[in-house]
Amino acid sequence: MTAKIAYDDVEVGTELPAQTFSVDRATLVRYAGASGDFNPIHWNEKFAKEVGLPDVIAHGMFTMAEAIRVVTDWTGDPGAVVEYGVRFTKPVVVPNDDKGAVIEVSGKVAAKLDDNTVRVDLTATSEGEKVLGMSRAVVRLA
Amino acid sequence: MALDQSFVGRTYPPTEPYEVGREKIREFAEAVGEANPVYTDPEAAKAFGHPDVIAPPTFVFAITYRAAGEVVQDPQLGLDFSRVVHGSQKFAYTRPVRVGDRLSVTSTIEGIKSLAGNDVLDIRGEVHDEAGEHVVTAWTKLVARAAEEA
Repeated sequence: MTAKIAYDDVEVGTELPAQTFSVDRATLVRYAGASGDFNPIHWNEKFAKEVGLPDVIAHGMFTMAEAIRVVTDWTGDPGAVVEYGVRFTKPVVVPNDDKGAVIEVSGKVAAKLDDNTVRVDLTATSEGEKVLGMSRAVVRLA
Repeated sequence: MALDQSFVGRTYPPTEPYEVGREKIREFAEAVGEANPVYTDPEAAKAFGHPDVIAPPTFVFAITYRAAGEVVQDPQLGLDFSRVVHGSQKFAYTRPVRVGDRLSVTSTIEGIKSLAGNDVLDIRGEVHDEAGEHVVTAWTKLVARAAEEA
């Protein structure tokens, strides 16, 4: 399981290529089916508003799945991820229009650890607000 | 309503094995917009030293959350599932999940707290393969929001 990025080539502060992910209602329906999470707050506007949400929101796990792509597209091998954790701080609100929502994710190396691993800290925002907190991955490099 | 603290440390029996299917991995990868061939092309997976295609890192949540559901809906625990939101999530991998795995989850309640009227439940799911080898551990924090004042 070798990654395409070498441990010796990165330092604390090295930035990973940032990415932008679009999400609309169709994305959420597809994710609901693939993940088995059919909670109506992710596809039914009436239900979402009844439970106090501003609108339909994306699955937190969808956002988590997108954010790690900044790491796995960097290393090449998703099997190099050793640890990955996030806090869900704000929901990603997905309006029923032709644009949907956008999640912007950036990451940088925060620490070099033992055994050719590094800790990457990720920042994920939507509409200028942080949607993930303490978003960190430990990944093994070549 | 405060949850029963005596549930802390309780471990539930391992779940029946979940078999990881090739087309399920493909469906999940497509749903999150993944184009990495390591999820769909065995040769691409082998180039990274995997025996066959692997699943995206968060794929296993579908399995551990189903197992956690048995905990959450334990009527003796008294959690109001209709008010539950996902607080945080963490995974620690021994190896990636791959096609053909038959995975079983053992869930343990690690913590029960009450914060500002919210019930906070920490569940750890240990995922093992058919040989009994550890694959991944998932930590899930669920928060049952306090009922709004009438």
